[in-house]
Amino acid sequence: MQPFRVHTGIVAPLYRPNIDTDQIIPKQFLKRIERTGFGQFLFYDWRYTSDGRPDPTFILNWPQYEGASILIAGKNFGCGSSREHAPWSLLDYGFRAIIAPSFADIFANNALKNGLLPVVLDESTVAAIAASAEATPGYQVTVDLERCEVRDENRIISTFTIDPFQRHCLLEGLDEIALTLQHEALIAAYEAKRNRV
Amino acid sequence: MPRTLLDKIWDEHVVYQPEDAPALLYIDLHLVHEVTSPQAFEGLRVAGRRVRRPDLTVATVDHNVPTADRHLPIADAIAAQQIATLRRNCREFGIRLFDMDSEYQGIVHVIGPELGLTQPGMTIVCGDSHTSTHGAFGALAFGIGTSEVEHVLATQCLPQRKPRTMAIRVNGKLPAGVSAKDLALGIIRTIGTDGATGYVIEYMGEAVRSLSMEGRMTLCNMSIEAGARAGMISPDDTTFSYLEGRPHAPRGAAWDAAIKRWQELASDEGAHFDRVVDIDARTLAPFVTWGTSPGQVVPVTDRVPDPAEAATEAERRAAERALQYMGLEPGTPIEEIEIDRVFIGSCTNARLEDLRAAAAVVRGYRVHPKVRAMVVPGSQQVKRAAEAERLDRIFREAGFEWRDPGCSMCLGMNADILQPGERCASTSNRNFEGRQGRGGRTHLVSPMMAAAAAIAGHFTDVRRWQFK
Ligand code: SF4
Repeated sequence: MQPFRVHTGIVAPLYRPNIDTDQIIPKQFLKRIERTGFGQFLFYDWRYTSDGRPDPTFILNWPQYEGASILIAGKNFGCGSSREHAPWSLLDYGFRAIIAPSFADIFANNALKNGLLPVVLDESTVAAIAASAEATPGYQVTVDLERCEVRDENRIISTFTIDPFQRHCLLEGLDEIALTLQHEALIAAYEAKRNRV
Repeated sequence: MPRTLLDKIWDEHVVYQPEDAPALLYIDLHLVHEVTSPQAFEGLRVAGRRVRRPDLTVATVDHNVPTADRHLPIADAIAAQQIATLRRNCREFGIRLFDMDSEYQGIVHVIGPELGLTQPGMTIVCGDSHTSTHGAFGALAFGIGTSEVEHVLATQCLPQRKPRTMAIRVNGKLPAGVSAKDLALGIIRTIGTDGATGYVIEYMGEAVRSLSMEGRMTLCNMSIEAGARAGMISPDDTTFSYLEGRPHAPRGAAWDAAIKRWQELASDEGAHFDRVVDIDARTLAPFVTWGTSPGQVVPVTDRVPDPAEAATEAERRAAERALQYMGLEPGTPIEEIEIDRVFIGSCTNARLEDLRAAAAVVRGYRVHPKVRAMVVPGSQQVKRAAEAERLDRIFREAGFEWRDPGCSMCLGMNADILQPGERCASTSNRNFEGRQGRGGRTHLVSPMMAAAAAIAGHFTDVRRWQFK
């Protein structure tokens, strides 16, 4: 997994509640058996019109958000299916962090496992960042996992909390399976004990 | 100290609890399907790892499979490749697969219980959010992503923080015509689509106890639509009689011992829940969703709400968007909404009892001439059992299509999809934009309500249905 420490980037405000995984990556793209190349399908039904042309009403198609790497969303982002294709497509498109008032559990887990940082801030703070991103072309923020804060060039916008273990794994880019396998003896002992009862 | 059902299952499965890090939780049953597994197996191969417990791992194909003309090769080349990939992976890693031609093939959350693989007290995972279904048996069952699928394949464990607990007590009895699906929708309406984020729900109370296993599965299935990681119901005689004699259920002395253990699986008197929600079953009605999120739902006797009355600005905007997508005007009576398609299927509502309930409504009627309706049984076993009762005849004679098992139009990964603008009464669990096909409009309802809508051509209150 790629580590996440400090990231600065352009903010794209997609400030809507309940953005579900079917919107993030529609099912027709889940048939691929690779982990890569999903960015082209991100938000497909919103990004493209039914004849396959970029939809000019969708904000990611606006020039001021080109190259955006931080997404602002409404509450319950990533609700719906467990498809890890959702964080894969966000990352492949170029997003490194998502800021929202809340995330669906499975999505947040999947994101963390891939080095995409979900940042939970309260509703009014998220709304304020979205407003700045709408008002100021090229508006950038810094998401700092070392200090657990979000700031722009003028000020610290907010601090955030994150599970310390997840934070550690992200900062170091750890392979969680390798971590678990360090406890192989304990797993074997557990299995042996359960077999006896 | 009194413990909850979750506490009991959790404590039993902790392999290792480091200080300040998640517990390492042992997984008893890992279910696998074709869509969320290929990258996990590939990860194992790249790292040179094996599957630790192929004997605790079971695979089936459901999301991609065609529901008609199974004897022909799959027309969609990419879907065919994904299914072939699962086959190859199962062979290479020694995993049991219920393939397309198996008499036990079906939607993963339908076949686990009906094979008796799903048992009380277990920890169960699958790369699929509706794994919560299995909690109906008093198991801790939750959906995981592909990285975690790989983790479980390699280690049979998952690092997990213990979730918070929410008790949902459903008091009183469900009125006639109001099903487990309506109860699930009513709960989401009450607590919201993120109301249970971070929680495991334990459902309890008279209305829950009176549900059949099928009904309990429907209820637990939709826990995820309320944001919960899992839903669970403590096992009782209903659970035990469902399980007895199933292919993978214990037998003889092992069965008696299992029952003794399972009877312990109830929350103790006075056990602490982080949140308690009370619902009065008598106030519930058959529900119909009007929007693009399961929380956008009203009783069938209501009207499409006016976004201007939404509680917050964000909700107002979301409601306006939803109405525009759904092609609906505020104030329209739900019963006047005409439909084009009906889908009876999915891991929420495609078990035998669901098909019986729908067939009872359909018997003696014809599908409205403007409506195309299909029934997709949840598994081969459900299909055979329904045919043995001649339910297929009732559906077919009424003009329904009777198909082969799979996820089908629940998510439209195969050829079963809505055309843009088509409006569907669906027994599935998600009414997201485009879920059943780009531009398709999904209304979530119970099997009885879907059946009644198929006949009437519009939504209608099944509590007033003239059964023939
Ligand atoms: S039936 Fe629908 S919700 Fe259930 S597993 Fe299949 S796609 Fe998922």
